[in-house]
Amino acid sequence: MRYCFLFLALLFGAAPIHAQQPTGVEAIDTPNDSGGSITVTWARAELPDGAVYKLAVGESEHGPFHPINRSEVNLQSTDPGTFGHGDETHHRVFAKITEYADLADPSNRLPIENGKTYYVRVNAQLPSGETLPFAIASATASENFFNWSKGNNFVIGTVFSLIILGGIILAQKRDLFIRRIAGLEALDEALGRATEMGKPVLFAHGLHPMGSVSTIAAINVLSRVANRTAEFNTELRVANNDPIVMAVSREVVKESYLNAGRPDAYSEDMVFMVATEQFSYAAALDGMMVRDRPATNILMGYFYAESLLLAETGASIGAIQIAGTDSYTQLPFFITTCDYTLMGEELYAASAYLSREPKLLGSLKGQDIGKAVLLIAMILGTLLATVFDFDTLTHVFSAD
Amino acid sequence: MNRDHLVFFLFLLVFAAVNIYLFASGSLPANMTGLGTFIAAGITLSLYSFLYKDNPLFKFAENLYVGVAAAYTLNQVWYTVLLPDVITPISELDGESMNNLWLLVPTMLGFFMLTQLSAAKYSWLSRIAFAFVVGLGSGLAIPRTIAANLLAQMQPTMQAITPDFAGVNLFIILVGVVAVLVYFFYSVEHTGAVGVASKIGIYFLMISFGASFGYTIMARLSLLIGRVGFLLEEWLVLQLPLF
Repeated sequence: MRYCFLFLALLFGAAPIHAQQPTGVEAIDTPNDSGGSITVTWARAELPDGAVYKLAVGESEHGPFHPINRSEVNLQSTDPGTFGHGDETHHRVFAKITEYADLADPSNRLPIENGKTYYVRVNAQLPSGETLPFAIASATASENFFNWSKGNNFVIGTVFSLIILGGIILAQKRDLFIRRIAGLEALDEALGRATEMGKPVLFAHGLHPMGSVSTIAAINVLSRVANRTAEFNTELRVANNDPIVMAVSREVVKESYLNAGRPDAYSEDMVFMVATEQFSYAAALDGMMVRDRPATNILMGYFYAESLLLAETGASIGAIQIAGTDSYTQLPFFITTCDYTLMGEELYAASAYLSREPKLLGSLKGQDIGKAVLLIAMILGTLLATVFDFDTLTHVFSAD
Repeated sequence: MNRDHLVFFLFLLVFAAVNIYLFASGSLPANMTGLGTFIAAGITLSLYSFLYKDNPLFKFAENLYVGVAAAYTLNQVWYTVLLPDVITPISELDGESMNNLWLLVPTMLGFFMLTQLSAAKYSWLSRIAFAFVVGLGSGLAIPRTIAANLLAQMQPTMQAITPDFAGVNLFIILVGVVAVLVYFFYSVEHTGAVGVASKIGIYFLMISFGASFGYTIMARLSLLIGRVGFLLEEWLVLQLPLF
């Protein structure tokens, strides 16, 4: 589609060409956007050092033309997100225009409006101040329903979803193997220790809201922890810094106590709000740790700088600590201060590992297949690019 | 009186004496700026006192911090969300501005969340709001995650390996990515060739964690330097060009 736009623009949008003026000037509605933008392209030319392109926008072919500052134009040597990766794009210059100066008041910027035809004048100014003849092209901005440049994202997402679905179907038919994850094997041992010592278990959420994958994974682990503390009759304390996460945690803990046949042992005060600010959350949790001296600290979710404050305090009170996060900048702190650490995807795998539910196990299996596909694509893509100078597979995985 | 009480009272005494001297000598101005510096220094030292052990000063600072943070958040939500986006547009609804009527939908969802605090008879309503938040969050997160965590990592890794230092660099990155991916395979036992690749993956992870650890520690030290700089230069008004 993106090549069609470029081809049509090249075919029909040609402006009159004079000697030395910018050649092949075309203006088109910027593809794959929500409107309010037009893109001008012209052939890359050998200009003397110090020469600059000047752009101006008008609502009529005969002017008046409103100048556009260089800083306001997104001038690009290539634009793979819009025009692909073909070699032809390397011979052109692209400029996206979203606004222009009001002639009556140059400080006032006028936006490009959808459905209105704009005429763009492009000329080159030499270092001597001489301005070369200009070329004009016109375009009308409009909204696009689909962003085709994200097509690979959609296809990869769909294919991986199907693979995961296949994994789930497979898991419902037969038992699937999952390798041992040390941090999760230790969970029961850590909860048992709290029971033996008669001390509470502290479960602290990370700072991300409910939409975050790590928070959802942490909630799944919490469900298992609550189930065990209900069975062992051990005090559980769940600290939150987000009201929605707290409400979901309450529901999950309540359900776990119900499933364990101990609804009487559940109390709403088990799951409480500490603070919404990062360091006040850390300060309050540190205070709780030194006063209540929990036997087991479970830190799950996405953490920031408070990770070391929490884990170090937990270590100083002698608690057995299990942490899990996909925040790779904080993983080193958990690894050095906690007894067990679930690194990145291990946190996501935790719920499947703990519950052994076919849906979760199948999903994990599907993810493994997806990873294998990516691994093969990566090795194949590198080999093709290195040996045959063939980079199409690389561009399939472009995020632009 | 045990040792902890002695340390506590000695600290209070020294802090009071230092501040009396600073205000009396004019080092700290007797206005709101001076008072602000005095309070900031007191709270900073109270929080640092946790390094000795839990004590009433830390408890005071901790509770103050939590309270101030809650009040600040409430203030922010009121003045940046509720007032301009909900209350003002809805209170100004008339025949011409009926477009703002849709605001009632998110407002109702917000109220549904509050039903969590009510009796079980109505608390099920909160699930509608939570389902909306979780569903929307997941929907937004999935394409963003694919773009940022998958595609943006894959494309730079799949480049032609050239016979120069840049090529060696690319090769090391490729080996590291492949080995770390193998470590995160759950459906195969990590033995034999998979075990070796997984072990190499762990080495790559630990090297990157070590680098990240050192980098973050440096950043944390700069925060500490900033705080100590405040205590020495702004509170104690020492004329040394320390920071």
